[in-house]
Amino acid sequence: MTWDWQVFLNDDGSGRTYIQWMMDAWSWTLAVAGCSWVVAVSLGGIMGTLRTLPNSPWLVRLANFWVELFRNIPLLVQIFLWYFVVPKVIPVFQQVPGFVLVVFALGFFTSARIAEQVRAGVQALPKGQRYAGMALGFTTAQTYRYVILPMAFRIILPPLTSESMNLLKNSSVAFAVSIAELTMFAMQAQEETSRGIEVYLAVTILYAISAFAVNRVFGFIETKVRIPGFIVAGGTGGGH
Amino acid sequence: MLGLDLTFLNWDVLSKFVLGGLRFSVQLTVVATLGGILLGTVLALMRLSGNKVLALPATIYVNGMRSIPLVMVILWFFLLVPSWVYGYLPGGMNNRAEYSAYITFIAFEAAYFSEIMRAGIQSIPRGQVFAGQALGMTYAQNMRLVVLPQAFRNMLPVLLTQTIILFQDTSLVYAIGAYDMLKGFTTAGKIYGRPEEAYLLAAVVYFAICYGLSWSVKRLQAKIAIVR
Repeated sequence: MTWDWQVFLNDDGSGRTYIQWMMDAWSWTLAVAGCSWVVAVSLGGIMGTLRTLPNSPWLVRLANFWVELFRNIPLLVQIFLWYFVVPKVIPVFQQVPGFVLVVFALGFFTSARIAEQVRAGVQALPKGQRYAGMALGFTTAQTYRYVILPMAFRIILPPLTSESMNLLKNSSVAFAVSIAELTMFAMQAQEETSRGIEVYLAVTILYAISAFAVNRVFGFIETKVRIPGFIVAGGTGGGH
Repeated sequence: MLGLDLTFLNWDVLSKFVLGGLRFSVQLTVVATLGGILLGTVLALMRLSGNKVLALPATIYVNGMRSIPLVMVILWFFLLVPSWVYGYLPGGMNNRAEYSAYITFIAFEAAYFSEIMRAGIQSIPRGQVFAGQALGMTYAQNMRLVVLPQAFRNMLPVLLTQTIILFQDTSLVYAIGAYDMLKGFTTAGKIYGRPEEAYLLAAVVYFAICYGLSWSVKRLQAKIAIVR
């Protein structure tokens, strides 16, 4: 077979070339992933912290339920739930654009995984850290704010890196509700141009570049926030 | 309740539309787990062999697979597997999406299972390998009789957790239109004009299966931990 990379310069029927369409799609992918990341890290941070509270069994139960709920339903099904079922059951959501619903779906789904990492990070700290906070007369909130969470955050940076890369990859599932992101572009452009290999190759490379960029950004953060002598440098992300 | 009506989903509808899909989802999970662990173990052994000619392709394969979204991998295999392959399989091109899903999931999950097996192999103390060597075992014997059984046992909970994730991921065959459990529910929902209820019930069933499985894995983990 022969390559035909010219196909990207063809008009897609709406006055833009396929490469322009692909770049638009790439920015949609990054937008979905970026917004979902903010949702996922905020909710995941809160839920993960709640799961480690010493004297609040009901909050712990609530957060555990949260994690089990969003971890045990496939992402595609969760996206369908947010996109089709939530607007029907709660009419207010009928005004909410599809992009936002997908961001919620992806953000909540990922928040359960991040909550699990935050919990593990907090529990990995020696008990003495918590006692030290108490000995200084800190309230529970202060202990978390000034002692536990800053350390836990650094511990979970490597797994958080891989989870953020997963989030980026998972944003591809948004194709199922017709968000104009990279995978949607790949499927439609493949159909229109019959140049599947070129289209898929370009999209795959863009995904790989994006994932690599996420990895590097986290690597940079990891070196920036490292406390000398405290946490032994692990591999920078990506791994296990 | 809230404008939802679940009454249409009686047993007849479920057995007509959903059961076949569930069977495919489960078969795909089982086949991809077994095939993925097998291929993944081979990849892990290649990476740990210390032989660059073996290690490099395995590393590229594993890292490559893990940096691409599963949906894209599904699309790639659907596009690239030549049609004569399906000619050898029962049902042929009629089941193209399903067969392509089997191939994709084995190839894709192998990359993830290989990382688990690699971690498992590396978790075995070197003394075990030396003991095998002292007994005069060859490299292959040492791996097969000493290292791999222990690695497999250590990693059993992680392998099973990955299988649960794999089961959830099988829903992504939606991209190529294979008939899995989710497709069964959506088809029933469309025919009876109740798509929302169908999605909701699909979520409940997925949740029940995955929660049950992860609960069993937790129990198993506790059991293994005591033995060790």
